[in-house]
Amino acid sequence: MAAAITAPGLRGISAGDAVPVAVVSLGLLVLWYAAAVWLNADLQIDAFARQGADWTTGDLIAGTWAQERPLLPAPHQVAAEMWATIVDTAITSKRSLVYHGWVTLSSTLLGFAAGTLLGIVLAVGIVHVRALEKSLLPWIIASQTIPILAIAPMVIVVLGAVGLKGLIPKAVISTYLCFFPVVIGMVKGLRAPDLLQMDLMRTYNASGAQTFFKLRWPTALPFLFASLKVAIAISLVGAIIAELPTGAQAGLGARLLAGSYYGQTIQIWSALITAALLAAALVALMSLIERAVLRAMGGRP
Amino acid sequence: MKTLRAAVAFLLFALAGAIVALFSVHTGPDVWPFSSGLWLSVLVLTVIAWQGLSTLAAFRSRNARHQRLADLAVPAIFGLWLVFLWEVVTVGANVPQVLLPSPGLIVARLFTSADVLLADFRQTFLQAVLAGYALGCLGGFLVAILADRVPFLKRGLLPLGNLASALPIVGVAPIMVMWFGFDWPSKAAVVVIMTFFPMLVNTVAGLAAASVQERELLDTYAASYWQSLVSLRLPAAMPFIFNALKINSTLALIGAIVAEFFGTPIVGMGFRISTEVGRMNLDMVWAEIVLAAVAGSAFYGLVAMAERRLTFWHPSYRQRGV
Repeated sequence: MAAAITAPGLRGISAGDAVPVAVVSLGLLVLWYAAAVWLNADLQIDAFARQGADWTTGDLIAGTWAQERPLLPAPHQVAAEMWATIVDTAITSKRSLVYHGWVTLSSTLLGFAAGTLLGIVLAVGIVHVRALEKSLLPWIIASQTIPILAIAPMVIVVLGAVGLKGLIPKAVISTYLCFFPVVIGMVKGLRAPDLLQMDLMRTYNASGAQTFFKLRWPTALPFLFASLKVAIAISLVGAIIAELPTGAQAGLGARLLAGSYYGQTIQIWSALITAALLAAALVALMSLIERAVLRAMGGRP
Repeated sequence: MKTLRAAVAFLLFALAGAIVALFSVHTGPDVWPFSSGLWLSVLVLTVIAWQGLSTLAAFRSRNARHQRLADLAVPAIFGLWLVFLWEVVTVGANVPQVLLPSPGLIVARLFTSADVLLADFRQTFLQAVLAGYALGCLGGFLVAILADRVPFLKRGLLPLGNLASALPIVGVAPIMVMWFGFDWPSKAAVVVIMTFFPMLVNTVAGLAAASVQERELLDTYAASYWQSLVSLRLPAAMPFIFNALKINSTLALIGAIVAEFFGTPIVGMGFRISTEVGRMNLDMVWAEIVLAAVAGSAFYGLVAMAERRLTFWHPSYRQRGV
């Protein structure tokens, strides 16, 4: 999680890759159907035996793709469940995935905003104050070795004991997770101007603030956006995990947990796919904002 | 030398003050005439310690070893000071233990419950994390080699692999628990899925790292695909592969612990954290957190050390003159 910033960035699918991606996705879909047959066959054979019915291979395959609680639901079952809970259910209902998705999204965005702000402030301090850099940076890196996702329930319980309930504790988890890539990316970015440019500012007799706003900040923006794409994705993961403890009532994480308690596999899968779509949408949105901002600044389109 | 002396003087003064403050907090309020005096002196001591750290951070030495010692001392002293503040505030202000136990209590718990912690560590780290990490990294690596051999597959897999790094993969934990049961194999399965994609994406990127000139040289030698892979492209991909190994070392621990929230036998770090929170034994929870942090850092450190030994030729190491 910590070092995800150095992983190759999330690039959109370029036009040349559309066909291979479609083929590979289709292959995965076929694999999924085959795996559903393979995993659910035992249960289906038992069910036929209990009914005392004769069955053919065709019956078996059809049966494995239409079970109530399969080990692995077929893709069309998940799609049908998602359609039912997203489109056909009123968004005020407790069964609507839109409602649960909104609960998760709101804490994701709040935590993301706070984490980004904290990350930028820390990075500015680290770049300008030498003692801060030497003492704080190693600890910021060490802070990520604490498996925060694992102590999320504790944070939620403790903050609940103080009287903080609902949105804030969940957002705190997201904040803790996403400030890190922002700090690391921004420290890199604010140091990106080369010596020649810094000297030029000095010859212009620019003040510290002027140097910051006219040179360091614009130079750091591409680095910031690369970090933000990573940060928003882990904010979402943080928000989902923060919904697990103390039997959270709402949110995609709560849907996962409820589904696993009652063996509702189709519900688990639809919550999972919805979360994945939400993550992809958030990262895509970040890329769009990045492109717009960099273009407005006269950078490369 | 002058700056070093000043820094040491500041820090020693702060240390003496810190010891007195700790002593007075633990023996009761009768040493200090009133508690505001304690807080004021802690504040003054912090300012003095910060002054010492600033001076030490500015220290420059021609001797490389002294320089490195000074560079290591700054974050270490900073961390120790944070622990001191934590102890003084939690004990001195009577912070309820349910909210935040003092470091002293946590350390005591580490020793008194060592056997429980060890059993949890074995269940979560030695079984789930290590097995899943090995399988996931190996799988990602092999699929990357396959994708490298078949360009069509590479162009199809890579965007999906990049997308997967943004997905909340930890969510597959309940499904894995259903498939593989409550014990450690289900946690290992979660770790495998989490570590697979970073390895795939990084290895594919690394296999493209060797320069055209080097590849053409091997072509003039009439080297086969496998020969050029083994003798040129894999070594060139090493920094990328290690990058993935480092990312995965932290991901693996998180994945295993979170997966334990969805059903476990009655042992394991995630199990212990979630049950002891319910029983309000926060010192035990913090002991587990310390254990996880130490284990995670040590794991990361081992991978980083192996990287330094195996990729000593890489510019990022050679520049440092290490």
